[in-house]
Amino acid sequence: MSKLNANIPEGSLAEKWTNHKSKIPLVSPANKRQIDVIVVGTGLAGSSAAASLAELGYNVKAFCFQDSPRRAHSIAAQGGINAAKNYQNDGDSTFRLFYDTIKGGDYRSREANVHRLAEVSASIIDQCVAQGVPFAREYGGLLDNRSFGGVQVSRTFYAKGQTGQQLLLGAYSALSRQVAKGRVELLSRHEMVELVVVDGKARGIIARNLVTGELERHSAHAVLLCTGGYGNVFYLSTNAMGSNVTAAWKAHRKGAYMANPCFTQIHPTCIPVSGDSQSKLTLMSESLRNDGRIWVPKKAEDALAIREGKLKPTDLSEENRDYYLERRYPAFGNLVPRDVASRAAKERCDAGYGVNKTGEAVYLDFSSAIERFGSEAAHVKGIKNPSEDQIKKLGERIVESKYGNLFQMYEKITAQNPYQTPMMIYPAVHYTMGGIWVDYNLMTTVPGLFALGEANFSDHGANRLGASALMQGLADGYFVAPYTVGTYLSQDITTGQISTESTEFDEAEATARNRMEGFLNSKGNTPVEAFHRDLGKIMWSQCGMARNEEGLKKAIADIRILRDKFYSDVKVLGKIGEMNPELDKAGRVADFLELGELMCMDALAREESCGGHFREEFQSKEGEAVRKDDEFAFVAAWEFAESDPGKSKLHKEELSFENVELNTRSYK
Amino acid sequence: MNFTINVWRQNGPKEKGGIATYKVSNISDDMSFLEMIDVLNEQLIIQDIDPVVFDHDCREGICGMCSMFINGEAHGPGRGVTTCQLHMREFKDGDTITIEPFRAKAFPVIKDLMVDRGSFDRIIQAGGYVSVNTSGNLPDANATPIEKQDADAAFDSATCIGCGACVATCKNASAMLFTSAKVSQLSLLPQGKIEASERVMNMVKQMDLEGFGNCTNTGACEVECPKGISIENIARMNREYLSASITSK
Repeated sequence: MSKLNANIPEGSLAEKWTNHKSKIPLVSPANKRQIDVIVVGTGLAGSSAAASLAELGYNVKAFCFQDSPRRAHSIAAQGGINAAKNYQNDGDSTFRLFYDTIKGGDYRSREANVHRLAEVSASIIDQCVAQGVPFAREYGGLLDNRSFGGVQVSRTFYAKGQTGQQLLLGAYSALSRQVAKGRVELLSRHEMVELVVVDGKARGIIARNLVTGELERHSAHAVLLCTGGYGNVFYLSTNAMGSNVTAAWKAHRKGAYMANPCFTQIHPTCIPVSGDSQSKLTLMSESLRNDGRIWVPKKAEDALAIREGKLKPTDLSEENRDYYLERRYPAFGNLVPRDVASRAAKERCDAGYGVNKTGEAVYLDFSSAIERFGSEAAHVKGIKNPSEDQIKKLGERIVESKYGNLFQMYEKITAQNPYQTPMMIYPAVHYTMGGIWVDYNLMTTVPGLFALGEANFSDHGANRLGASALMQGLADGYFVAPYTVGTYLSQDITTGQISTESTEFDEAEATARNRMEGFLNSKGNTPVEAFHRDLGKIMWSQCGMARNEEGLKKAIADIRILRDKFYSDVKVLGKIGEMNPELDKAGRVADFLELGELMCMDALAREESCGGHFREEFQSKEGEAVRKDDEFAFVAAWEFAESDPGKSKLHKEELSFENVELNTRSYK
Repeated sequence: MNFTINVWRQNGPKEKGGIATYKVSNISDDMSFLEMIDVLNEQLIIQDIDPVVFDHDCREGICGMCSMFINGEAHGPGRGVTTCQLHMREFKDGDTITIEPFRAKAFPVIKDLMVDRGSFDRIIQAGGYVSVNTSGNLPDANATPIEKQDADAAFDSATCIGCGACVATCKNASAMLFTSAKVSQLSLLPQGKIEASERVMNMVKQMDLEGFGNCTNTGACEVECPKGISIENIARMNREYLSASITSK
């Protein structure tokens, strides 16, 4: 427990960051040139941190496993980025963004970090506009905003349905500029496979060159992990195929604590699973819930007829439809937060009302919106007594202008026209709020090792609000790490270059090599993919949208069996010293097999329901989550012990709420 | 569904490659093209044959990593899709499908279907940015209003995913659609106008250095571009280039 000091600065909430910045030690330009920094990952957090630190004068090496930094999975974020600009004059403020984020996270995040995030949010928009990010604008030439779930203001900036792409390309351009200047050395198609700790400090990494297979040694005075989330532990998720936990897990095994690993976000509106060979799930933006209504048939026999293809959704009259979100949550209706919407869909499908072949899908219907928009448009155009057909055509045109690219994407994947028949959707794993434990300075429990963006745990508590992930990634990279990493590096001005010829580097490289040889020598019969798929099934059924003690205990036992089987029966062809994507995958799945167990342990230990973590034992009569603030208002930080995830030790960081009152979230 | 797959196998950049033929069966029409390749690869591993190496990541058409030349078309049949968004229902049961890498002098093959597109990164490094530091001490985002039309046009150019389908499709292996999309985005915005001349000169120079060909206005790039980037961008870049070469100091 003694190690877990969050290092939160003194002073009132609103002054902490300003005071902290004005007091931190600086590094002179001449000294910065003598200091090396490694940044792993080139998404929003990694690209922005690498560019910013290079601009300051540090020697930066940036690593990504993709062929180019521009391909990191931040690129796929759709909806937008929040910032407390209050351009709409609708009562937004830094405090309100802070408050919404704390409440949305179900009171399981750290006040000081969240307030800092809200403080720097406005600068992010200024920065991005200056870089040429083409945000959506109004006819007057000023920036446009929209609204997202769980808030009552319009503070989301966006670039159609491709906000993540535009922000990442902005950060990538800043990074490219530093590469051109020789300030950043770019190592794409490289994967971190070990962390090197020298005298208790992070001093480098072992990276596998994914083209040649060579294990390379890279030293630095500080290492920043900007490696994203671990949603792929569920096999099927909205993450990219390559998104993995390996870098974070290697750090965990070397002393970095993992915080709240069971806090995962299941996004309610994704395209349902269609078959056994499915490799990933595709998100349909939260913005669709502004106009789409979610329903299942009221009668179980109608649901069955639909599943068997004997009945079409459009055949069912209004009174035979159950708009269950509007029924259960009249105040927020279809716009309840993500965790609530996901659980409600699961509840209906589990009760037998699912509407696709697998029984795991609900409808997202735009027919009411098309009719409403169509009638309005007819009125504006002065059409008297418009026909149904006219209304439909006019309405469809408006829906297309708002959501056209999403409708097109849906049609490409499912071959169904969502203007004619309701979309089918189902929740899917999307984001992980948990991650590496960091203090206020974003430093982990290993000195000199930092974690930024989705890779850390700090800002979203037990549930992340829409459009806040992009905000956090860029806040950490552009505006927080450049200060706090510098503070740490101010102790290193006389250290000199870190040699890669040391026993610590030798050992780290040997560990990595031995692991890989283990996979190659196992000479089993089963390809890596099969183990990953099996792990995903365990995690999704027992540690997904709803969890209980019995299921979690079973999952832990099942994962341990699966892990043993993996090491004895995995089949990987080829060698270490060559390009070998299957070998890379084996390393990632091996780490997921350890992480999965820890996630279940964390879920088991947290005997309450909060945010994305729903324990069936802790719910009200109406099926709502019951939080237990007296016992569980803490961050669960797990220390790896005795080479076995099952022996991990729990440390607690108590959360104190001095500026907000802990309330029960109600959306009724 | 069952298919015969002809796929390009090549061990390394300097080695000779060739077509290998495999059969896949029990493919459902809901599968994406890459999921069909996953099935093929699992089958190959069980038969002790090295799986086919290919680039892929997001599998939702935005990262730009997947890059297959399918039956003679970049990203295969269909318009406005990347390889990962192509579904097997676009093919007929029993079809023979031929898969090759994106071919261009500036995209050397690394292995099988994987090519090196580092040349695209270097073109961006030559000037595809606005030279502002990331201090955050900048004018307020609304200090300079931008005409909606210009902002929307800049956005349309900025949606390029850098996959290289334009290069693979072009008979000259030209990267002008890719380069011009970035030149256009930034020259349409007031923030990018300041360095516009220098930018276009440097990016075009890098494009030539990398060994990409020139544009002869065939327009195939625009047709095969999964994001519908228009060749208007090339016209704009040519204009920018001409004006920059006349006025350069």
